[in-house]
Amino acid sequence: MDIFLQLTVSGLSTGMIYALAAAGFVVIYKASDVINFTQGDLLLLGTYLIFFAIGQIGLPWSLGVLVTVLLAVAVALAIERLVLRPLIGEPIISMIMVTIGLSSILRGLVNAIWGPAPRSFDSFLPEGSVVVGPAVLSTGRLLSIPIALAVLAALGLFFRHTRDGIAMRAIADDQQAALSMGISIPRVFGVAWALAAASAAIGGIMLAGVVGVSPNVASIGLRVFPVVILGGLDSIKGAVIGGAIIGLLEAYTGGYVGHGLNLVVPYGVLILVLMVRPYGLFGKEIIERV
Amino acid sequence: MSLECGVFHTRYESDMGLRPRPAQRIRLGAFAVFVLVFPFLAGPYWLDLANQIAIATVGAIGLNILVGYTGQISLGQGAFMAIGAYSAGLLTLNLGLPWGVSIALACVITAVAGTFFGLPSLRLKGLYLAIATLAAQEIVEWAMTHWTAVTGGTEAIVVPAPRLFGVRLNSTFAFYWFGVAMAAGTALFAANLFRTRMGRAFVAVRDQDIAASVIGVNLFRTKLLAFATSSFFVGLAGAMIAYYRTIITWERFTLDTSIVYLAMIIVGGLGSIRGSFFGAALITLLPAMIANAGRALQDTAPVVAGLLPYAQQAVFGVVIILFLIFEPKGLSKLWGNVKDYFHVWPFAYRRG
Repeated sequence: MDIFLQLTVSGLSTGMIYALAAAGFVVIYKASDVINFTQGDLLLLGTYLIFFAIGQIGLPWSLGVLVTVLLAVAVALAIERLVLRPLIGEPIISMIMVTIGLSSILRGLVNAIWGPAPRSFDSFLPEGSVVVGPAVLSTGRLLSIPIALAVLAALGLFFRHTRDGIAMRAIADDQQAALSMGISIPRVFGVAWALAAASAAIGGIMLAGVVGVSPNVASIGLRVFPVVILGGLDSIKGAVIGGAIIGLLEAYTGGYVGHGLNLVVPYGVLILVLMVRPYGLFGKEIIERV
Repeated sequence: MSLECGVFHTRYESDMGLRPRPAQRIRLGAFAVFVLVFPFLAGPYWLDLANQIAIATVGAIGLNILVGYTGQISLGQGAFMAIGAYSAGLLTLNLGLPWGVSIALACVITAVAGTFFGLPSLRLKGLYLAIATLAAQEIVEWAMTHWTAVTGGTEAIVVPAPRLFGVRLNSTFAFYWFGVAMAAGTALFAANLFRTRMGRAFVAVRDQDIAASVIGVNLFRTKLLAFATSSFFVGLAGAMIAYYRTIITWERFTLDTSIVYLAMIIVGGLGSIRGSFFGAALITLLPAMIANAGRALQDTAPVVAGLLPYAQQAVFGVVIILFLIFEPKGLSKLWGNVKDYFHVWPFAYRRG
């Protein structure tokens, strides 16, 4: 039972980080139909930027988080403006390859600046652990769950209540109609990338606190795909629940089954979902079929 | 095949030829002479690069058949190459088959596996298919590293060196001829494939699948055939790697491999055979050239030299993005532009 509780907490906290990255993916996909392979590298950027802000410059953690998010947003806006804007309307293969190219550039830059060795710094998440019955749970991991949920809830509220959020939903619904109502599509695409980067940066900050700072973080980016397919490509709620399910599944298979099966279970789920219910748990049921 | 001004065919044979114009034959001949002379002039370093290009050309043409000509996006190239490499190696090691037979069987096995992984393409399109093949790639990668009984896990498999008429074929010089023969054969097959009903059906499915099915193309059969044909050659590329290196490790067949091959056909030109070769050459040479620059800079600017491995990664991304933004049809189109410029030189000539 104590193992179960520990696995649940670690699964949920990993799952919430997946959810943060996946929410960014969903926002961009919803607004601009771009399949974003850079989500993992934005996470990576987040972990290194917080390391830079707190560990290298020595900012207090609140300011460090702010600087990290702002820098990540600036990078995302530059990406959107310089690389993706000229490619609006290109075929899917181009969109996939362009984000893969971006991911390669970001990874190269991060490695060039900070080197390939793992780094460490005094975590801003409280050290220590909470003892619940027989289980010892790390405070940092426990704390990361409500933080992530708060960020994701804020993202949900943004979609529901702000002008840009509503504009984004309008564009997702019908680009031409939105355009003729005077919505600026470039602006909305920019906002989408900014939000995705902010969400991923916060995920990265939490990763830095929970797991540590190393180039391997980028590989988490691929976990975004099982999460968004399970949750539904255009649903933030789906990203949260999908993230939780994938995180838990990974933790349980890792804890109880082993054999590295936790690495492959998400993809098994992915294929199953694609076969049975390709629009996922909460996605719109319109999917292009042959 | 487009009609070009100033070219008049008077015989059906010349009309149907792959390279009907004298200029095309002269260019092909010059290239053939270069290919034949090259190994006698080049050192082992350049020969090794040429061999890598030959293997990559086979793999890139295979991928292009699927992605460029049939429009089915696959991120599973690395997995298919792995299936080819591991089956070729394991057939020889476990069943004692001669290497030629192993390679042929490996191609067939990969074609069957490719057909299986192609099954989702019957329901899924575009992004969804890409993600499904990504999952397939991850699952095969996991199998390579964890199915220890068959693949040896993370340990490398050593296969016996291939021999032909008593010559060890895995030396750079000997393999060059094998590699060139395979690459040329693959290119010839692919060039002819798209003149047949089946190849035309591939292209029709890419351009407009619903229209294709209306004019009588069986989508089910065509897509599976595309997956099978494509993975046959991808498996061949994998098997060639296995016998060239005589050592099979899973690191050669990761998702990064899939991405590198996709980059080759994007940079070279989607739906172009010469583009597959150009792309394979550029993407193979690019990191090698950057590494050379690194060695050159080692003494003068060691700091810059230390950054070069990451520069390789970044430059790879930059090249992909620049091509996508400025020349989405790739090197093949650039080459076409050059040829068009000289076609009726010194007069301006614009095709189509």
